[in-house]
Amino acid sequence: MKSLESILANHPFFENLESKYMALVTGCASNVRFEAGQFIHRQNDEANSFYLIRQGKVALEVCPPGKKPVTVQTVTDGEILGWAWLVPPYLCQFDAQAVELTRAIVLDGKCLRTKCGEDHTLGYELLSRLLPIIGKSMEATRMQLLDVYGNND
Amino acid sequence: MKLPISDPMTPEPYIVKQFIRETHDTFSLDLFPKNISDSIAFQPGQFTMLYAFGVGEVPISISGPAPMQSGLIQTIRKVGKVTEALDQLKNGDTVGLRGPFGSAWPISAMKKRDIVVMAGGIGLAPLRPALYALFDQRDNFGEIALLYGARSPKDLIFTNEFKTWQEKFGIQVKVTVDTADSDWRGNVGVVTTSIPRVDFDPKNTVAMICGPEIMMKYSVAELKQLGVKEDRIHITMERNMKCAIGFCGHCQFGPAFICKDGPIFQYNQVKHFFGIREI
Ligand SMILES: Cc1cc2nc3c(=O)[nH]c(=O)nc-3n(C[C@H](O)[C@H](O)[C@H](O)COP(=O)(O)OP(=O)(O)OC[C@H]3O[C@@H](n4cnc5c(N)ncnc54)[C@H](O)[C@@H]3O)c2cc1C
Ligand code: FES
Repeated sequence: MKSLESILANHPFFENLESKYMALVTGCASNVRFEAGQFIHRQNDEANSFYLIRQGKVALEVCPPGKKPVTVQTVTDGEILGWAWLVPPYLCQFDAQAVELTRAIVLDGKCLRTKCGEDHTLGYELLSRLLPIIGKSMEATRMQLLDVYGNND
Repeated sequence: MKLPISDPMTPEPYIVKQFIRETHDTFSLDLFPKNISDSIAFQPGQFTMLYAFGVGEVPISISGPAPMQSGLIQTIRKVGKVTEALDQLKNGDTVGLRGPFGSAWPISAMKKRDIVVMAGGIGLAPLRPALYALFDQRDNFGEIALLYGARSPKDLIFTNEFKTWQEKFGIQVKVTVDTADSDWRGNVGVVTTSIPRVDFDPKNTVAMICGPEIMMKYSVAELKQLGVKEDRIHITMERNMKCAIGFCGHCQFGPAFICKDGPIFQYNQVKHFFGIREI
């Protein structure tokens, strides 16, 4: 079985991260598993964790009052779930529910956040890895808002 | 390939052999020529002008296999006057048809390459004949990945074929929708999010993309960022058409006429005009 450290080191998110930071990140990480239907977090929960999905699928849902929950994004193998842990007010924006059995590595975002405050190089490293993910997600939201497949009227 | 009709401006009568309901707003017509006994020669990606008598004529891509196996299959989304009239057709009814017209997916130039096929909404229809052509000579290509995005699960077409495509022809299929309720077990997100989820070697990849222009713009950008060469990316352009043979200028796109020079273009041929508001 692969060690946590080697799984993290091979994940694109942590590619080329200095070894001292890698050791620190590994110290904040543990394996988790969610059954299909299980909530990983709820909207407005404190955002103290983030997840590297190893295998499975997680739906990010919003729940308009009186209506069925709407899935706005799914996150799957090799992808990152959650960036609210590094951005004030550190609150989850969506419900996150496992669509199928999902194995992930959870990182203690609160602990990493504190470390980033103490060591700005680590802060820069993590932010520069998260920003493209946030940017892509914003781009995707814009495309979804444009409703490109709808009628042109 | 030669057209089966002598005058490209005169519609030939075609019988609707089968009307197939695909989704709430999309249907396929299986059409047979009334006066011509031969099957029609066309290439994947080409379109015809379909005439709903007394209402009007619209360009519609061929969505069935080439060469034609039974009838000529076209898949149509109901959006306005003419497509609504076509949606009212019944088995045995007659439509007018001109064509086939336009450029084709350059399948024979794709040998030995990995192929990424990106479809948005009804854009899967003109790509299906290309997929069938790839399947016919499956061993000539490397990885084949179909990335298909639609508005919601109820808008997905041809889903009953995906399993066969994966199991029999070993292609990767990633379907995603822009939005869904929590009953949907599949992926949610724009089609570009599927790109990192499939295996292909960008340096040796040819891409075929068909969908709304904004979807194609983002798809091209992502593929280029990964290292797919511009001259190996093929896209389809859509503009209103009248003559479909390069006479009237209705479909002009920069220096090109989409009906004659397109609808399929190599991306680097049109990139200077692509996404420009005035064109
Ligand atoms: C080369 C080519 C191939 C095509 N292949 C297909 C095909 O295989 N299947 C298919 O369903 N359509 C296809 N189209 C689009 C099709 O031609 C149009 O949807 C059709 O002309 C609309 O005619 P209408 O009279 O029904 O609608 P109109 O009355 O002309 O338009 C009604 C409304 O629909 C909107 N609309 C018009 N065209 C489109 C469009 N392309 N997409 C979204 N909204 C539109 C208009 O803005 C308007 O609001 C193709 C177009 C081209 C140029
Ligand atoms: S439709 Fe007439 S030139 Fe293209």
